[in-house]
Amino acid sequence: MNPLPLYVAIPLGAAFLIPLLGLWWKKSGETLASLFTLILAIMAVLQVSRPAAVYHMGGWAPPVGIALVSDGLSTLLLIAINVVGFLCIIFSIKYMQRYTGLNKYYSLFMLMVAGMNGVVVSGDLFNLYVFLEVASIASYALVAFGVGAEELEAGFKYLILGSVASVMLLFGIGTVYAVTGTLNMADVAREIAMRFGGEMNPALLLAGAFFLMGFGLKAALVPFHAWLPDAHPSAPAPISAMLSGVVIKSLGIYAICRVFFNVYGIAAGGAGAVIFANAMIAFALLSIIVGGILAIGQWDYKRLLAYSSIGQIGYVMLGIGVGARVLATGGQLSIAGLAILGGLFHMFNHVAFKSLLFLSSGAIQHATGTRDMKQLGGLREKMPVTAFTTNMAALSIAGVPPFSGFWSKLVILVATIKAGHTAVAVVAIVFAFVTLVYCIKVQREILYGTVSKLVEKAREVPALMYVPLILLAIACVGFGLLYPVVGVYILEPARDALMNGAEYIQLVLG
Amino acid sequence: MKGMTLIVKTITDFVVGFIIVFGAYIVLYGHLTPGGGFAGGVIIACAFILAMLAHGKDVAFSKLPEMVAHIIDSGGALMFLLIGWFGVTVGFFFMNTFGRGEPFRLLSSGMILPLNIAIAFKVSSSLFLVFSALAIFRRRSFRAMIEDELA
Repeated sequence: MNPLPLYVAIPLGAAFLIPLLGLWWKKSGETLASLFTLILAIMAVLQVSRPAAVYHMGGWAPPVGIALVSDGLSTLLLIAINVVGFLCIIFSIKYMQRYTGLNKYYSLFMLMVAGMNGVVVSGDLFNLYVFLEVASIASYALVAFGVGAEELEAGFKYLILGSVASVMLLFGIGTVYAVTGTLNMADVAREIAMRFGGEMNPALLLAGAFFLMGFGLKAALVPFHAWLPDAHPSAPAPISAMLSGVVIKSLGIYAICRVFFNVYGIAAGGAGAVIFANAMIAFALLSIIVGGILAIGQWDYKRLLAYSSIGQIGYVMLGIGVGARVLATGGQLSIAGLAILGGLFHMFNHVAFKSLLFLSSGAIQHATGTRDMKQLGGLREKMPVTAFTTNMAALSIAGVPPFSGFWSKLVILVATIKAGHTAVAVVAIVFAFVTLVYCIKVQREILYGTVSKLVEKAREVPALMYVPLILLAIACVGFGLLYPVVGVYILEPARDALMNGAEYIQLVLG
Repeated sequence: MKGMTLIVKTITDFVVGFIIVFGAYIVLYGHLTPGGGFAGGVIIACAFILAMLAHGKDVAFSKLPEMVAHIIDSGGALMFLLIGWFGVTVGFFFMNTFGRGEPFRLLSSGMILPLNIAIAFKVSSSLFLVFSALAIFRRRSFRAMIEDELA
């Protein structure tokens, strides 16, 4: 049986089962959530061995019916979402004990996972929008879960900006529907390719701008990033890890890739495609610069990580944007492939190291009660496991050679230079050093140095909290060293799915 | 005396039953006439909200305890998912597994009727719970919030 509907049905069922059983069974949340996310994580990893597949809802073939599609790109995101989701749930069991209403937390968490899985497997623009809303609304509530003044403010800000993004997306989808008369992504792609060839008409350009703004806001690209530096620090640590690790990627980057590469067919070239590719590169550069500079000045550990996420998303977008530009201008396919591969590889690495950093910030807050870097220091002596794993992630994000972050940034930079954007590459290299600067700041202020008063009393967190940290730290090293495995089985199918827009049409419409 | 005046209470007692019956009609005939699970569910919830407004929350909760509302709330959603799941076991996610019946008959149109009922459960209890949450939680004064922040 095709497992695609299960990725939505299992977490959705869990989301409603948890509050129901929670009326009698207090621990229903953590038990069911860890059980179901474990099942989902195993399913997602096994998805690698399956060929690309389409599931027809209700037996109605697209373009009439609704289709669920899994190709290389979907598989990449499914693995990231479900594995990180499982690790965050394991981390939550001990971490979330200080909060009340835990069954609601786990219920919302599962709803968010259902929404993200839905976005990733949906083969239909409107369903993509619906699932995006499911995931977003659950995440608005989760950001405000602490119900303090700061959390509520961040949640409200995120809600308003997220709603603006949703309206833009809905308007874009409506425009695409008006132009092409269909919502199935493969069918839209076929219509656009047949009717317009390379040249897009103004309505499609407008819709594309709305998509770039709407999904760009979900991905927190500068200048649409204003919600992120408030939302990520205010959320509980496992939720920050989910938001930064997978939400901004599945709702933002994945959707941008899918819409522009597979639906708009950026590879067909033309003036419109070049405009979008240039816009992607411009947003990416802005994100790299703004995220990097603002991260250095932060003294709140989680806020620093939040700005760092903006900067790293910029690198991901840079790889994808350069790939799109090379494809749109009819450059060499190998360079475009390298750039897209670099972007996807950095995205995959960012899932591991940024989730790890946010979870470690939770562990540090759990043990010392603060995340103010001025009050921390010398953590290495009191919390060796947390400090060691944090160190690995910091080195990885900074791009120190044996770790995964180095290889992905290297691939992006090499591809950017090969594509002829030397100036862009120079800026990216300079800001790679800025990344190193704030990672050294994290090491200096938190991990090494004199033991501060708060750290004096700290003890290592319980095993349920540090085991996810260790697993993610192994991933940080493993993705770099085991590239032949990760690359061939996970990343290259994803790259091929983006490069060959026409294959997607073939796959869905048969 | 809790709640509103005697006039409002008496009228409420008269109409609540009719409102629920009307809501149930909207739900059960949703597949044949205008209406459906959501609209009917809202109308049923309105009956309980009216009772809460007129008599106060204690009377409303004695008619529909919070615990029961929570069970119906989650149960309705699960029921919807299970009906969809029947489809998977025979091959497709929402294949029409029940008999399709004939037009102008109540028990026809396959899965739409049970789905409407599931939606009505979910919507009516959720709206009631939302309203009761608004009725139960008092707004904290701004001063108390500031004091909490300083503490």
